[in-house]
Amino acid sequence: MAKVVNRLHPDFATQSYVIEVFKGVALTTRQFARNLFARKDIVTVQYPDDRRPYTPRFRGKHRLMLRDDKSVRCVACMLCATACPANCITILAKEVDDPTIEKAPSSFDIDLLKCIYCGFCEEACPCDAIRLDSGVHTIPSYTRRDQKAGVINLMSLGSVSIASQGGEHRAHSHEGTAHGRSSGH
Amino acid sequence: MHLVDNVLLNIVLMTLIKFAGFVLAFVMGTATVLTWAERKYSALLQNRIGPNRANIGSIRAGGLLHMLADPIKMLTKEDFVPNTPNPILFRLAPLMAFVPALVVFAVIPFGPGETFQISNTSLGILFIFAISSLNVYGAVIGAWASNNKWSLIGGLRISAQMISYEVAIGLSLCGIFMIYGSLDLQDIATRQGELLWGFIPAWGIVYQPVAFVLYLTCAIAENKRAPFDVGEAEAELTAGWWTEYSAMGFAVFALSEFIEIVLIGCVGTTLFLGGWTIPGLHGDAWWIVVLEIGGFLFKSLFLVWLQMTLRWTLPRFRYDQIMRLGWRIMLPIALLNLVVTGIVLTFIERA
Repeated sequence: MAKVVNRLHPDFATQSYVIEVFKGVALTTRQFARNLFARKDIVTVQYPDDRRPYTPRFRGKHRLMLRDDKSVRCVACMLCATACPANCITILAKEVDDPTIEKAPSSFDIDLLKCIYCGFCEEACPCDAIRLDSGVHTIPSYTRRDQKAGVINLMSLGSVSIASQGGEHRAHSHEGTAHGRSSGH
Repeated sequence: MHLVDNVLLNIVLMTLIKFAGFVLAFVMGTATVLTWAERKYSALLQNRIGPNRANIGSIRAGGLLHMLADPIKMLTKEDFVPNTPNPILFRLAPLMAFVPALVVFAVIPFGPGETFQISNTSLGILFIFAISSLNVYGAVIGAWASNNKWSLIGGLRISAQMISYEVAIGLSLCGIFMIYGSLDLQDIATRQGELLWGFIPAWGIVYQPVAFVLYLTCAIAENKRAPFDVGEAEAELTAGWWTEYSAMGFAVFALSEFIEIVLIGCVGTTLFLGGWTIPGLHGDAWWIVVLEIGGFLFKSLFLVWLQMTLRWTLPRFRYDQIMRLGWRIMLPIALLNLVVTGIVLTFIERA
C-alpha cells in the first residue's frame, strides 16, 4: 500500500521564520540554563578520568583459563585454530605425562593484529580454555612483534575455570560449558 | 578634555587612551573571551561539557585558561603555506580581514560627547559601511591565494553573499537616517535619549522594528557566521575559505570574525538600542557618565549574546536559499520599509 505523506502547510507566521527563530532561541537558552545550574542532562564522559564500563558481552583480549593446579586447560585439540576465520591462532602440541589429559600446548600464539575478535575460538573450545572476556581493550604497541600474545601472556590474564573437563568427570560436562562466564573476572 | 597644552600632542594622547580603553580593553577583550565562550556556550547548549582541560597546576577555572593556551598553541604550530603562486597574498589576507574590523571602532560613540568617541566624524555610518565592506577582500583573496578548489568555492560563495547583503543592510539602515536626519553616530545616539510621548524611549528599534530584524540578519550574513556560513560549510568544503590556514593566520581570521561580532553588537546598539543613552537619565555627573558607558557595553554584549545563540540555534541555509533570502526577501522588505518610513515622515511633517 502506498504510504500517505502528511504534508505540512505552515501558516504565514511560521513561514516568515521570525517568530520561530525566537522560539528556537528560547529553547536553546533554556537548555543552556538547565546545563549551567544542573548537570543531569550532560552526556559527556570525561574519558581518561571516567571510563564507560564495557558490557558483559564485550570481547576483549583473549585469555587462557587454568586448571586447579594452575596448569593450562588447553589440550591442543586445534579446534579454535580450525574455527578461526582470520588464521591468527598458532598452536604447537606436546605430550603430557598425565594419562587423563590428551596433550598440552608447547606454544600457543595469537597474532592480535590479525584477530577480528569474532569469538569463534571460544565457541569452538570444548574445554573452556580460551575466552575473550578479559575486558582488556587491545593495547597499542610500537612493534608488530609486541602484538603476538604467547601462552604465558595469555595465561597471565587467566583464572581457574570451574567447568569440568575430560576423563571421569565427563558425565558432568553439561554443567559448565564454554559459554559459562560466571567465573574468573 | 585637555591633558597637555600642546594641541596636537593632546589629540594623539587622548586618542591613544580611548583606543586602549575601548578597542584594546573592551573589543579585543570581548573577542578573546568569545574564543572560549563560544565553545563553552555551545557545549552547554548541546548537553556537553566543553573545553576544561587547560590548567596551571590544579587550577582549571572552568576552561577559562584556554584563552591563554590557544595563543601559545597557535604561535608554536607550523605556519603552513600551501604550494601557491601567491604566497604574499596568502600571508596578507588575514591582515586584510583583521584591520578593517578594528578600524571601524574609531567612529563608534561609547559614551556621551566627543570625549567618548575616538573620531567624531559626520560621516559616521558611511565610514563603517565603507571600511567593513573591505572585509570581503581578506576572505576572498585568502581563498584565492590558497590555490585549493575548496577554498576557492568557499571564497566565491562568500563574495557573492557579502556583496548581496551589503545592499540590503545599507537600505535597512536608511530609515534610521531619515528619522534622525543625521549620519553622525553621536548625533543619532543622543537623539535616542529622548522620550516618545513622555514614556517610551525613542530608540531606533521602536521606530524601525523591521529594520532591526533586517539589520541583524544581514549583519550576521555579512559576518559569514551560521546560519549563513556556507563559505566554511565543513560538510561540503572541508573548511571552505580558510582550509589552508593554520597557526596564527587562522587565529587572526578567527579573531577578526569575533571582533566583527562585537562590531555588529556596537553598531546595532548605537542605531537601534539607544546607544549609550539611558531613558530618563540626563546630566553630566560622573556617575551618570559611568552608568551610560556601562549601559552601552551591556547592550552591546546583549547583541553579542543574541548572535551567539542564533548561531547555535539555527541550521545552515543552503547557498541558493541564502541568495534568494537576500535578493528576493530582504531587499524588497528593506525597500518597502524605506517607502513606508518616507510616507509616514511626510505626513508627520505636514501635520
